[in-house]
Amino acid sequence: MATTGEVLNASEYIQHHLTNAKMCSTDGGVAFNNACQDAGFWTWHIDSLLFSAGLGVLFLWLFYKTGQKATTGVPGKFQCFIEMCVEGVDKIAKDSFHGRNVVIAPLALTIFVWVFLMNFMDLIPIDFIPEAANRFLGVPYLKIVPTTDLNVTLGLSLSVFALIVFYSIKVKGIGGFVKELTMQPFNHWALIPVNFILETVTLIAKPISLALRLFGNLYAGELIFILIALMPWWAQFALSVPWAIFHILIIVLQAFIFMMLTIVYLSMAHEDH
Amino acid sequence: MNINATLLGQAISFALFVWFCIKFVWPPLMNAIEERQKKIADGLADAGRAAKDLELAQAKATEQLKEAKVTANEIIEQANKRKSQIVEEAKAEAETERAKILAQGKAEIENERNRVKDDLRKQVAVLAIIGAEKILERSIDPAIHNDIVNKLVAEI
Repeated sequence: MATTGEVLNASEYIQHHLTNAKMCSTDGGVAFNNACQDAGFWTWHIDSLLFSAGLGVLFLWLFYKTGQKATTGVPGKFQCFIEMCVEGVDKIAKDSFHGRNVVIAPLALTIFVWVFLMNFMDLIPIDFIPEAANRFLGVPYLKIVPTTDLNVTLGLSLSVFALIVFYSIKVKGIGGFVKELTMQPFNHWALIPVNFILETVTLIAKPISLALRLFGNLYAGELIFILIALMPWWAQFALSVPWAIFHILIIVLQAFIFMMLTIVYLSMAHEDH
Repeated sequence: MNINATLLGQAISFALFVWFCIKFVWPPLMNAIEERQKKIADGLADAGRAAKDLELAQAKATEQLKEAKVTANEIIEQANKRKSQIVEEAKAEAETERAKILAQGKAEIENERNRVKDDLRKQVAVLAIIGAEKILERSIDPAIHNDIVNKLVAEI
């Protein structure tokens, strides 16, 4: 596992592929991987962070460069593609989100493209990058699909949750927000506790479901790729190719759902009852 | 599946990315798209206007063509009228000319006839005299009886 050249049995292989590269600070500086077992919360999955940040920068760099060179005349093919993404997201945001907010559409674009790119890492044959990193850089653990890390999806969905709360309070005021939590769905003072429990569960369920949906889909997909990789090398293509093709649908769909639900949740936060 | 600080890092990078996207990525792309949309809309409007102009021009051309036809017809009619007028005039002129020539011819014939009549009378008179001379032979002196002969000639 941690050392190269060792032959792994099936469960060890799977375990190895599901382990993130960890980093934590200890008394004597920084420690990695197994040394971080006791670090608790303050452990960083550096592979998830690096890959997600790298992909985010890639997305922003591509779109920024295109935006700078964007011609208002006849656009090139790449500009066309970028504009198609931007316009599509803008249209969806305008259709589902009524009212004016300059944040929603760019937020949705960021989520869609970024999550798509992170999901896309799933289509890279699972041993390519980890094996190369192990051989040439001496990195023992590496998970290259950030969205198969619950921390990543939860980080995204909690940010969305913060925005939901922020806009709820901004639009309706603290009183309005509290009222929304306590006076619905039963508009009676005696039922305030019931209302509060119901509405709070509804509110908390939003980020949790967002995070778990994305994580669950990608984790399962990754796991199946790992299981396929346990087969003899000459037979793998028979399963991995159909699964990868099917997975193309999933990664786009999950990115789209995450974006769509974000827009819908924020739109609901803006609505005054 | 341990929850750890990764999620904070992820949230921070997410916030930064969204901020960057709002600030630097979205506006230029959206501007380009909107500007192009405006251009296309203008172009379409121009095309519509051009089509309308063309229609108007065609209607105008048809109108002018019709007018030209009417004018041409008028001109042809006038020419026809003028032609028949000229022919009429020429006919009348020819008629008078013919009458004149005819009258002249008649007068000349009359003159000639009169002259021939005179000649004939004279010759008849001479013949009468010659006849009378032959009958009378000597009894008649032409010099003495000349006045009688002349009287006879005038009578014939």
